[in-house]
Amino acid sequence: MAENPSGDLRLVQLSKEFDTFTAVHPLDLTIPQGEFFALLGPSGCGKTTTLRMVAGLEEPTSGAIYIGDTDISEIKAFKRNVNTVFQNYALFPHMRILDNVAFGLKRRGDKNAMAKAQEALELVELGHTAKKKPNQLSGGMQQRVALARAIVNRPDVLLLDEPLGALDLKLRRQMQIELKRIQADVGITFIHVTHDQEEAMTMADSVAVMNAGRLEQVGSPAELYDRPASTFVANFLGQSNLLTSRITGDAGEGLSSADCHGYPILVATENIPDGVSDVFVGVRPEKFRLGRHGRNQLKGTVTDDSFTGVATQYLVRLPWGFEVTVIQPNDGSPRAKVGENVDISWEPGSEFILDASQDEDAGMLDTGLRHG
Amino acid sequence: MKWIKKHLLLFAALAVLGYLLLPNVVVAVFSFNSPRGRYNYEWNEFSAAAWLDPCGNPGICEALGLSLRIGLTASVVATILGTLVAFALGRHRFRGRSATNLLIFMPMATPEVVMGSSLLTLFVMAGMPSGSLNITIAHIVFCVSFVVVAVKARVSSLDPRLEEAAADLGANPLQTFLRVTLPLAAPGIAAGALLAFSLSFDDYIITNFNASPSSITFPMYVWGAAQRGTPVEIFVVGTVMFLVALSIVVIGQILSSRRERKA
Ligand SMILES: Nc1ncnc2c1ncn2[C@@H]1O[C@H](COP(=O)(O)OP(=O)(O)OP(=O)(O)O)[C@@H](O)[C@H]1O
Ligand SMILES: [Mg+2]
Repeated sequence: MAENPSGDLRLVQLSKEFDTFTAVHPLDLTIPQGEFFALLGPSGCGKTTTLRMVAGLEEPTSGAIYIGDTDISEIKAFKRNVNTVFQNYALFPHMRILDNVAFGLKRRGDKNAMAKAQEALELVELGHTAKKKPNQLSGGMQQRVALARAIVNRPDVLLLDEPLGALDLKLRRQMQIELKRIQADVGITFIHVTHDQEEAMTMADSVAVMNAGRLEQVGSPAELYDRPASTFVANFLGQSNLLTSRITGDAGEGLSSADCHGYPILVATENIPDGVSDVFVGVRPEKFRLGRHGRNQLKGTVTDDSFTGVATQYLVRLPWGFEVTVIQPNDGSPRAKVGENVDISWEPGSEFILDASQDEDAGMLDTGLRHG
Repeated sequence: MKWIKKHLLLFAALAVLGYLLLPNVVVAVFSFNSPRGRYNYEWNEFSAAAWLDPCGNPGICEALGLSLRIGLTASVVATILGTLVAFALGRHRFRGRSATNLLIFMPMATPEVVMGSSLLTLFVMAGMPSGSLNITIAHIVFCVSFVVVAVKARVSSLDPRLEEAAADLGANPLQTFLRVTLPLAAPGIAAGALLAFSLSFDDYIITNFNASPSSITFPMYVWGAAQRGTPVEIFVVGTVMFLVALSIVVIGQILSSRRERKA
């Protein structure tokens, strides 16, 4: 077993082309040691391909992979100190659960393989299933076995390819908490692939958003949500209202004035991308308030409302016909009715601003998101 | 009436089973016969003589031994070759893959008389005298096809991600093959081997073309004997073969169900 020094995982100009198709365009990414990192993106954007290159199961077309200072791109998969929890678990059906978990340790000639495997099973609370076969376990249990089987080897990096994809919502939430706990316990770098943005946001220290083989943005969940760098990220992470506007000038106090379909609004100057005047002013639905509470105010008509308990979600049609989503917390303030004329308001600075030359629908899921 | 309705399926199953097993039962019963003439077709009286001396009829045990030897050799070689071919076809994309697939089917589709005679022509041209070696080679030819079909079905249903998982967990290619691929493909390989053995043991036409007077296999012996009479020993050997096959199946079933239960 080659001695792999642990350290940060670095992908340098890593790319993968299949015969006619570029699955991953050259990308650079550094993942600090011990971090819980989420790789998020729509189906087919190259997440699995990226993971497979890190695991050594797919040969990169170009670029290099480093753990610490060691280039591991030429090292064969079975010699890499990287383990994967596969999308479909890939447990060995002919082996008992315990033998599945001990498989990696035994390949290294670990004398204590069985005891350590049992311990790893206890960690995922499946000690009692040691003598069973994989097909006698439920999907959620198999998933935890797959996790134990990977983690017991104490790899430098653990790759998780949509490990929760097959689970129902309740089990999914439970496993998310479990995964987080285990990661904190063992302190191994986790790279968690998912296309569930909520999962990525709640679990990860940092999130990378991928689209069509490229990295769109890397940052903490809050950074990505509050300051998305592209319409794709804005639309893919949560709901966004993108108001087409033009920056008109400086308004003092760090603010700039803008023209939104003939209505004057204020935005924070620091949010404006350099050298751009045609912009989308992005406001998250919960930053809007009903009534005149903020310095930016627009009038509109409620066209739809849905009560979710903690909040009410409204669709409000603005004077130029564009509909925005407004979320009003259930804090006792009076609720509006469909057809009612309302004021909506927000504070300058709570917005994000994007260059209007990009596709405003990028990353849009098919439901409920509007633009204008 | 209701009872009959409820158990209709059971009756049907028993009837089919009876239909399938009746010949074997007749053979077993008549192996205890002491026939009046040379033909063992009519029940005369009970006798265990043939069971006590199954090799009593001249040449029968030699023929049986030869068939077993040829069957074992042919099935072992065919299983090894067939498994290799099946892995290549089931796992890898390469030039000429579909042509190979087609060619593998040829021996199964060719009428046995055609194959037997063409093999004889080939052996004569190659200057190889008829005998057990030629028979074995001929058996390997058609057995390989059946092994390939049996193993390929299993191999192509194997999840390649299991092998990736093994590599990911630090198993080198040999360990991956021995610990993951082979055990998972084993049922297909075993089925192919059993099929090859029974096909080889059973074969008459191709064997007959390539045999010499000193290489009489069991089917040839039975056929030859049947011209002049049917020795009871044949029935004994038939019964034993059936029982052996049956016990292999039963033991296999018990083993696999016990493994399930233990797990
Ligand atoms: N072996 C291959 N040959 C050709 N194209 C491939 C191959 N593997 C993947 N691709 C293509 O590369 C792209 C990225 O695939 P990948 O599996 O990495 O997507 P993903 O982000 O993991 O998607 P998902 O969320 O659906 O799992 C896809 O368009 C896919 O069709
Ligand atoms: Mg994938």
